[in-house]
Amino acid sequence: MNSKPARRSLLRSGLLAALLLSSVGQAALAQEVNLYTTREPRLIQPLLDEFTKDTGVKVTTVFVKDGLIERVKAEGEKSPADVLMTVDIGNLLDLVEAGVTQPVDSKVLQEVIPAHLRGADNRWFTLSLRDRVAYVSTDLELGAITYEAFADPRWKGKVCIRSGQHPYNTALIAAMIAHNGLQATEDWLRNVKNNLGRKAAGGDRDVARDILGGICDIGIANAYYVGRMKNSEPGSDARKWGDAIKVVRPTFEKSRGTHVNISGAAIAKHSPNREQAVQLLEYLVSDKAQSMYAKANYEYPVKAGVELDPVVASFGELKIDTLPLTEIAKHRREASELVDKVGFNN
Amino acid sequence: MSGGRRFLGSEAGSVWLLGAVLIALGVLAPLATLVWHASSGSFEHWAHLFDHVLPQAFLNTTLLLAGVAVLVTALGVGAAWLITAYQFPGRSILSWALLLPLAVPTYIVAFAYLDILHPIGPIQTWIRELLGYTSPRQFRLPDLRSLPGAIVLLGFVLYPYVYLSTRIMFATQAASLLEAARILGETGRGVFLRVALPMARPAIAIGVSLALLEALNDIGASEFLGVQTLTVSVYTTWVTRNDLAGAAQIALAMLCVVAILVLLERRGRRRQRYASNLRARPVQPLQLHGTRALVASALGWAPVIIGFVAPAIYLLSETINHLALAGSVSDQLLASAGNTLTVALVATFFTVLAGLIVAWAARAVRHSQQPPLARICARISTTGYAIPGTVLAIGLLTPLIAFDGLLSHVAGVVMGAEPSLWLMGSMGALVCAYVIRFLAISVGGMESGLARIPPSLEQAARLLGESPAGTLRRVHLPLLRPAIGAAGLLVFVDAMKELPATLLLRPAGFETLATWLYAEAARGTYEEGAVAALAIVLAGLVPVVLLARSQLKPVY
Repeated sequence: MNSKPARRSLLRSGLLAALLLSSVGQAALAQEVNLYTTREPRLIQPLLDEFTKDTGVKVTTVFVKDGLIERVKAEGEKSPADVLMTVDIGNLLDLVEAGVTQPVDSKVLQEVIPAHLRGADNRWFTLSLRDRVAYVSTDLELGAITYEAFADPRWKGKVCIRSGQHPYNTALIAAMIAHNGLQATEDWLRNVKNNLGRKAAGGDRDVARDILGGICDIGIANAYYVGRMKNSEPGSDARKWGDAIKVVRPTFEKSRGTHVNISGAAIAKHSPNREQAVQLLEYLVSDKAQSMYAKANYEYPVKAGVELDPVVASFGELKIDTLPLTEIAKHRREASELVDKVGFNN
Repeated sequence: MSGGRRFLGSEAGSVWLLGAVLIALGVLAPLATLVWHASSGSFEHWAHLFDHVLPQAFLNTTLLLAGVAVLVTALGVGAAWLITAYQFPGRSILSWALLLPLAVPTYIVAFAYLDILHPIGPIQTWIRELLGYTSPRQFRLPDLRSLPGAIVLLGFVLYPYVYLSTRIMFATQAASLLEAARILGETGRGVFLRVALPMARPAIAIGVSLALLEALNDIGASEFLGVQTLTVSVYTTWVTRNDLAGAAQIALAMLCVVAILVLLERRGRRRQRYASNLRARPVQPLQLHGTRALVASALGWAPVIIGFVAPAIYLLSETINHLALAGSVSDQLLASAGNTLTVALVATFFTVLAGLIVAWAARAVRHSQQPPLARICARISTTGYAIPGTVLAIGLLTPLIAFDGLLSHVAGVVMGAEPSLWLMGSMGALVCAYVIRFLAISVGGMESGLARIPPSLEQAARLLGESPAGTLRRVHLPLLRPAIGAAGLLVFVDAMKELPATLLLRPAGFETLATWLYAEAARGTYEEGAVAALAIVLAGLVPVVLLARSQLKPVY
């Protein structure tokens, strides 16, 4: 009876040694990094391909639309995830709060990314900015507008927007709460609801399509879709939709700034390839990658001084709302509950 | 319960029962995880839910399901009777064409019709030209994004579930019964309403409940069409408010309602027996001529055109446009097509096998008695279909990864293998999810198949000295072949279309056609999405046509 546990422990330590050896061998050879992302990976594929070309590190992506936190949490220490990427500040902070990230002490990241666009604890980093703008029918004379003005009865039956529960919209509503308070935001949301020309559903590009279709005159959506639509092949549907609209950047009455959300990333807590993971993040804020964000994805670069795509540049200067992102994220739940309360999606 | 009868049922039944219990436990694993998630959260948000979310969501869901139920019953039963009772030109093609909408997932039909019926789409453009308007601002039809829009779209793609089950039932009903009714002076309508319809009730119930569960769990179409259903609320609570516990609570509450409804329906036909003489002649269809034949054709083809032909032509033309502009299809699409077929085939095999085990263990051995434990297992094993795919997937994460841990440990001790995610790192997780999700289809199919086999056949085989396994192999399996085929093909088509669980549980770098399409839609490149959508529809055509050929050929 005595020899059995002894033999088992011998076996186990032998296995452990073999295991350690094999994992060491693997780490030296690996040169790979696993990216879990809530954003459609083909959008950033060109960036990742460049990274692989320049560094020899292979990137494997998993596109997890919903349930990124649950999956990484459940995988625990065995999780192959190295980098976690999201397209909404709230989702990014959720990752940090769920305890699935780790801090990164990187000079490069700290120098390039302004302090208010990364976590004070160095657990999350902004990679690009995405302004939420007005799509306006080209038939309409409109030079400027505030977010508040979307509640104006002038727009009755003329406004198009996607589901109020989409993170892009809850972030905007949360910013409105931070600026104007809960009650004023509730009234505003109710009035915007009354102005809707159709159900709050679909995607941001549907706003452009529905303006062309005469359902709406004006709508709220992200700016980079316009870059993509207006740069589509002539004759394609996307091009027709893009050409039916112009972009006006709304501002909040108080800050006179435009609401901006981010795409960002964090390093996974149990990242097996931490070194390559940091390398990837640093690469994504390099001049080359940031220029690709701007020119291939039509997003706003987080790095100052990177040249924009001509279509995006034609929208004029982006004056970002001064509200800190973390402040906006705090009101996210209230915003989501307001959407239910006023029956915005009904 | 006398000993003389008892020996027919029990002795070797325990192996089957064990299998059924294990399968039921497998289905319970994600449910238990959900209960655990649900109980870990607070219940504070229920006040908010009761005040602002549930009344509207409940109303929308009820209206949606009621509307879809009426539509799929009318279309499915109507079409099945048309094909069974009447002969008109094109009937034999129509008999299988009516199944084609099965190949079109609900989210694709919503996506297609949003474009077809959009003010700048082909139909409204044509109407404007006809009426002499130049801009959609002068004339527009009502927007499709509405509850009625959702009911009509879902109804026209989900009716084949009812058509299929009812058609098989009509086809195997004893013609003598219907003829007796005719001789006794019933009109054609009376024969249908008073004889055929009541006899087909179990088949209609199974078909309608499959269609309704599909409608209930649909997220894609409801999201596209802006209908706030309970499933959408579950999703919002989880994703937008990052409240998994709350989402699990709503999902479980929904599951309870579904379970009660299913039980009520079963109770309603508890005392009825539907076993039939298997050598019955099929009904002799009535020959229609002239206008009546034309009307019958038109009625029969309408659901096929709306549920399949129009969206398929749309996707085809979008694909051609896209190829003309972009030149080629990406290799990734071909790889995803291969993945889709592989994972769907493997999952189908296991789903049918599990369904057979569960249904066989729970079969009526004698005229009135089903083994209670096995019956409970059978009910449990069908719950996976009633949980929204995303929620099921979340519930599966923990058990799957625990199983991976166990397996890693065993493999590490036995073979010295490295710890890894065996299921989550392969398509094993997807296969588990599909089996649990679609087991209801296979159990339901096997049960209704077994119900048509009179228990006397088994008793005869056993009295003549055949073992229980031998009875299954030599008596029931041959008789069950159509039911197995139908269940397998339905599961296959559903597995191929599955999106939410696939999105969450697939391993790195593994794309199916559905996830590929979803990614394209998420990126806002619908044109390329159309190519993937067409591929899903085309890949679904093969099993649907096979299904039609195997199920709907005349029975002699």
